[in-house]
Amino acid sequence: MGILSSSIARKVSMALSALFLVFFLLIHVSVNLVSVFSEDAFNAASHFMGTNPLIQFVMQPVLIFGVVFHFVLGFILELKNRKAVGVKSYAKNNGAANSTWMSRNMIYSGLAILAFIALHFIDFWLPEINHKYIEVLPEDPTRYYHELREKFVNPIRVGAYVLAFVFLALHLLHGFQSAFQSMGMNNKYTKCVKNFGKTYAIVIPLLFIFIALFHHFTH
Amino acid sequence: MNLTLKIWRQKGPQDKGKMVDYKVNDISEHMSFLEMMDVLNEQLVNSGEEPVAFDHDCREGICGMCSLYINGEAHGPDRGITTCQLHMRMFNDGDTIYIEPWRAAAFPVIKDLVVDRTAFERIQQAGGYISVNTSGNTQDANSLPISKHAADEAMDAAACIGCGACVATCKNSSAMLFVGAKVSQYALLPQGKIEAADRVMNMVHQMDLEGFGNCTNTGACEIECPKGITLVNIARMNREFLKASLKG
Repeated sequence: MGILSSSIARKVSMALSALFLVFFLLIHVSVNLVSVFSEDAFNAASHFMGTNPLIQFVMQPVLIFGVVFHFVLGFILELKNRKAVGVKSYAKNNGAANSTWMSRNMIYSGLAILAFIALHFIDFWLPEINHKYIEVLPEDPTRYYHELREKFVNPIRVGAYVLAFVFLALHLLHGFQSAFQSMGMNNKYTKCVKNFGKTYAIVIPLLFIFIALFHHFTH
Repeated sequence: MNLTLKIWRQKGPQDKGKMVDYKVNDISEHMSFLEMMDVLNEQLVNSGEEPVAFDHDCREGICGMCSLYINGEAHGPDRGITTCQLHMRMFNDGDTIYIEPWRAAAFPVIKDLVVDRTAFERIQQAGGYISVNTSGNTQDANSLPISKHAADEAMDAAACIGCGACVATCKNSSAMLFVGAKVSQYALLPQGKIEAADRVMNMVHQMDLEGFGNCTNTGACEIECPKGITLVNIARMNREFLKASLKG
C-alpha cells in the first residue's frame, strides 16, 4: 500500500473511487427507472445485467471492490484525522461559521449509506447469488419485476430506503465537488462543477425515492 | 464594556490544563483584542497571579505570531484578520468570550495559549526555498519574463504568514492550505520550476511526518485564513504532487 502512504495520494484515491461510484449511481437509477414505465423492459434489462458475463464477472467485482475500497479508506482517513486532532478538543467550536454540515459529517452520512448497502445486499444481492449459484434455480427472465415489487410492500423498508437516499444526497452534496478539488481541479469550470454536483446530488436520490414510493403505493 | 473570559490555562507541556474564568471591566470598544489581554494580564500581575501567556509580536497582522481560538473561531469572529487586528467592537457588553490555544497534535501547547508551531518551519525547510547563486553574480529577477497573472497568483500565495489558523480551524488538523500556499508561490514562478518536483514531494512528506491530518475540502481554512489564501492553492499542490509522482 506504498502508493497510499501519502496524504495526497489517499485524497486522490478517495476521489477516484467516489467518481466511479457516482457514475454507477447513474446507471443504477436508469435501470430502476425503467421499472416505472415497463415491466417487460425492466425484466429484459435486469436479465441482461444479471446474466451478461462481462457485467457479472468483471464489472460486478470491480464495483464491489470500489465500494469496499471507498469505505475502508474512509475509515482509515477518519482514524488518521482523529489522531491528528489530538486528545484535547475545543471547549467552544463554531464549525458552522466556516463550513457546511455536509462537509463536516461525511463519515456519518457515509456510515448511514454503508448500513443501507448492507440492507440492499440482504434484500437483492444475496437472494440473487442464492438463486444463481447456491440453489442453482432455473433462470426465469420474467421474475425480476415481481421480486422488485415485493420488496417495496413493507413500509418500514421503504422508509429505511427513503432515509438512506436523504443521506446519499447529503453525502453527494459535499462529495461530488470535493472529488474534483482533490484531483487538483479548481479553475474557471469549478462553479459549473459545483452547480452540476448539487443538481446531481439532489436529482439522483430523489429519483431513487420516487421509484421506491411508486412501487410501494402502486402495489 | 464588562466581559467574562474563559481562558485555557496550562502551566507547561505536561500539565493537564483547564479553562479558568476571569472578569475584565471597562474595556473600550476601540481596543484591540490583544490590548484587552494586556489589561487582563496587568490585573493578574497586580493581584500576584501568573499572567496568561500568549504569542504576539508585530501586532499589525504581518508576523503570524498571534494565534488565539476565540469563541470557536481561529482569530475570532471577524474575517481576513489576525487576532491582533481583532477589535473589541466585535463583542458586546456582558459577553462571555472563550479563548483557547490552537488545537492539533502537531501543535502541542507550550504554556497557556502558546503552541509550538515549529512543525511549519520543518515543512518549510524541507523544500520551501529556491537555490540561487548568491556569490556576487546573482541574476536580476526582473530579467526573467513572468506574466502579470502568474506574478499576482504567486504573490497571493506568498501572503501566507504561517500563523496556523488553517490547521486550528480544520476538523482534521490538516496543514494543506499552508503547504499548498508555500508550494504554489514557487511553482508559479520560473525560479521555482527547477526544483518543483522535489519541493512538493519533500514538503508533503514532511507534512505527513509531522502528523497533520488529511484534507477533506470543508473549506473552513480559506474562510478563517487572515490572508485570504484559497483552496486553489491546495488544488495546485495536488496537481504538482501528481505530476511529480508520475515523473518518478
